[in-house]
Amino acid sequence: MAIVSMTVNGKPVTADIDPRTLLTQFLREHLRLTGTHVGCDTSQCGACVVHMNGAAVKACTVLALQADGADVLTIEGLAQGSELHPMQAAFREHHGLQCGYCTPGMIMTAVDMANRLGPDLSEETIRSELEGNICRCTGYHNIVRAVEAGARAMAGQPMREAAE
Amino acid sequence: MTGTGIGAPVRRKEDQRFITGQGRYTDDLARPGQTHAAFVRSPHAHARIRSIDTSAASAMPGVVAILTGDDLAADKIGGLICGWMIHSKDGTPMKAGPHPALAQGKVRYVGDHVAVVIAETFAQARDAAETVEVDYEPLAAVVETAKAKGAGAVVHDEAPDNLVYEWHLGDKDATEAAFARAKHVTRLDITNNRLIPNPIETRAAIGEYDAGTGGYTLYTTSQNPHVARLVLSAFIGIAPEHQLRVIAPDVGGGFGSKIFIYAEETVCVWAAKKVGRPVKWTSDRTEAFLADAHGRDHVTHAEMAVDENARIIGLRVHTTANLGAYLSTFSSSVPTYLYAPLLSGQYDIPAIYAEVDGVYTNTAPVDAYRGAGRPEATFVVERLVEVTARQLGMDPAKFRKKNYIKRFPHQTPVIMNYDVGDYAASLEKAMEIADVKGFGRRKRESAKRGKLRGIGYSSYIEACGIAPSAAVGALGAGVGLWESAEVRVNPTGSIEVLTGSHSHGQGHETTFAQLVSDRLGVSIDTVNIVHGDTDKVQFGMGTYGSRSGAVGMSAITKAIDKVIAKGKKVAAYALEASEGDIEFEDGRFKVAGTDRSLAFGEVALQAYVAHKFSGQDLEPGLKEGAFYDPTNFTFPAGVHICEVEIDPDTGVTRIERFTAVDDFGVVINPMIVEGQVHGGIAQGVGQALMEGAIYDESGQLVTASYQDYQMPRAGDLPSFQIGMTSTPCPSNPLGIKGCGEAGAIAAPPAVINAITDALGHEEIAMPATPQAVWRAVQRARPAMAAE
Repeated sequence: MAIVSMTVNGKPVTADIDPRTLLTQFLREHLRLTGTHVGCDTSQCGACVVHMNGAAVKACTVLALQADGADVLTIEGLAQGSELHPMQAAFREHHGLQCGYCTPGMIMTAVDMANRLGPDLSEETIRSELEGNICRCTGYHNIVRAVEAGARAMAGQPMREAAE
Repeated sequence: MTGTGIGAPVRRKEDQRFITGQGRYTDDLARPGQTHAAFVRSPHAHARIRSIDTSAASAMPGVVAILTGDDLAADKIGGLICGWMIHSKDGTPMKAGPHPALAQGKVRYVGDHVAVVIAETFAQARDAAETVEVDYEPLAAVVETAKAKGAGAVVHDEAPDNLVYEWHLGDKDATEAAFARAKHVTRLDITNNRLIPNPIETRAAIGEYDAGTGGYTLYTTSQNPHVARLVLSAFIGIAPEHQLRVIAPDVGGGFGSKIFIYAEETVCVWAAKKVGRPVKWTSDRTEAFLADAHGRDHVTHAEMAVDENARIIGLRVHTTANLGAYLSTFSSSVPTYLYAPLLSGQYDIPAIYAEVDGVYTNTAPVDAYRGAGRPEATFVVERLVEVTARQLGMDPAKFRKKNYIKRFPHQTPVIMNYDVGDYAASLEKAMEIADVKGFGRRKRESAKRGKLRGIGYSSYIEACGIAPSAAVGALGAGVGLWESAEVRVNPTGSIEVLTGSHSHGQGHETTFAQLVSDRLGVSIDTVNIVHGDTDKVQFGMGTYGSRSGAVGMSAITKAIDKVIAKGKKVAAYALEASEGDIEFEDGRFKVAGTDRSLAFGEVALQAYVAHKFSGQDLEPGLKEGAFYDPTNFTFPAGVHICEVEIDPDTGVTRIERFTAVDDFGVVINPMIVEGQVHGGIAQGVGQALMEGAIYDESGQLVTASYQDYQMPRAGDLPSFQIGMTSTPCPSNPLGIKGCGEAGAIAAPPAVINAITDALGHEEIAMPATPQAVWRAVQRARPAMAAE
């Protein structure tokens, strides 16, 4: 067993874990933060994306011990109380989700994308940046709209009216 | 229409929990004291099991129990079932071999279930599963669809030629006569590639047993929890139906693959009693590739006959359908009654004859996947139509229009009676949106850059609203396919709707609430949709085959009508008027011709306090249920147009434009409906360009991860251009036809027709990967290739 400490969604946590515990398992099973999903176990689908020290990582291929001392943000920590993060609101406004399973990873990836690339994301950029996130429901059409609008909203720009 | 009523693009109620990480999927649940299961799976496609040695594994840390097929047999647990009886053309019933949840004596595909290890943690279960020693005697395997019939290897002794059935539909003599007098016959050999459904949430199950009550609970990733309960109790024999509760909480996509009753959930719920603790299993992605039911996998020879006026006069097909190693829950119906009755497409074809051989192979079971039989039929029809037009030198759109059915109702020669439609309207609208007129210019522009551009059409039709119970019963279904609903009005006027439909991405919590809001004039915020729990909803047939709107919402509509009727009786007492004078309008019960009225919520309260009618015939309360059994299938139809550009040097195909115009009848929420179309198109494009399950000669699944099985990603697809036409369905009270499968049905032939248009020849099979397209380009240009 091994001791791991990190900050998750602003709260310090410490646990004694099996060293092979993945970050997804730590979040889901130890902290019961089940919003981070597992879709493939091979870093392909992106359902498990969280932010570690401000950058998007696929938590299914990070050992919890690798996150020792890190600042981890999951989908549960994105909203400010009852106020949705602009990217969350954009996914709802533009119908960027259906079954909701890939959605936490999509949103965390999209927030990271906007943080890195700014508010004016072209469709080509968004589609290229979503390479590591698979959605089986939406055909990506509305996810692209949501990410575009969410990135603008994160910069304080008004969200476009409605999904096309 | 109110702001949240029928036709409004209401933002989804369920989204709040999904975008904040508060969804509750099966694997998110942790039951007190739960153990974890890992399955020992066959590494061989076909082998006899000589022995299973669990002694070393049993001594591993944390192991609670190891169970095998012998334990299942000792407990008299029955095998998994196929619920649709198909008879061969000679009248004999299909030849089905047994399907035990854990292998008994033999394994029949890679991934087949041999034993289950139950341990304190998942990691311990998995470690121990790897040390279970199984002594296999490998047998020759049959893998290829086209070679299964009469192969040396026999999958089940019950079907010595590996033939489950030799089925047919249609008038053979009339069809042969049509071909005999044809001016032109088009012949195509078509492979409909095998697909793996891949919802991003893998399957999962938690079985639980309460020794105090003797009751079982199964949490599972199901599209139809009541059907799961029925099968697990009445056929498999886990527990009596009233002692088994099945809960399908949030489910992360299904696409058909979560309709079926699988070995894993059967084992979890059975084992829960044996170990006296909850037993949880969650599939990993490789297990999902190996053991989820696959889709499609047809090999077809198809012919179309046309007369001297370019009218289609006959169509015949011979299809071999791979059913895999066992008959999954509805597998037998997919290449038969969900396939051949759609071979008339949108066309007036007087004679059709279809023969289908269903075969066993040493591969994963094959069952319904988004569209289920209808994509296979549409691919056959739309490839034949396109190629026929090309061979006749006719414009493919004009050839289609000439042969469209124009008068309704229309009885096809293959069972279906199309109720309504306007196919030319969809075609014209799609051609306009797709700017077909500008295609020539775009093609020349592509050519200047050394690229090949092509355009392809697909005029699809599907039979949805599954299904009239008497009709499917006559065709061999073991169930009726109605739907149930219960509308419970609370004393405060808020409402719970209990539905037998199940939402796993379709947005029922919003669209169903919209219906209630529209009919009862209440806010959608006061309406809660309850589904997915057999203890709450009395019964239901679940969600598949685009049935939740046409069938599920029709049941809700019936129940709402009963609530209004009861409300009128209550209002009559409360308003001291006669029942016949009460009208319900804009959410108020009114005395006709007066200004006296009560709001819906006020009548709800009156119904429960019963002060005004106590001692009368009227019962207190306001709760009504209904079962709705459709009188016909519904027939969504439309035209999709795909425009591709091919790089002849790399074989890469880019979809430049994709236009879909669909007639879904009445649309409840256009935002959600368009989303369904988008997703369907993506799966259809996936089938056409990239997806394909590949087994090697020994039966190993080569495509068992996302590195090997290419899923459509955002960069593979364009934005879609969506349009709608509408001819309301006459057979259900809402005029709904269904929209869930359209894209997956329509897209593959549109894409392949576009690619073959660009290539100038028909020699390409799905998936049209860059390698396949590059080879096809070389074939098209022998002179250039030789240079």
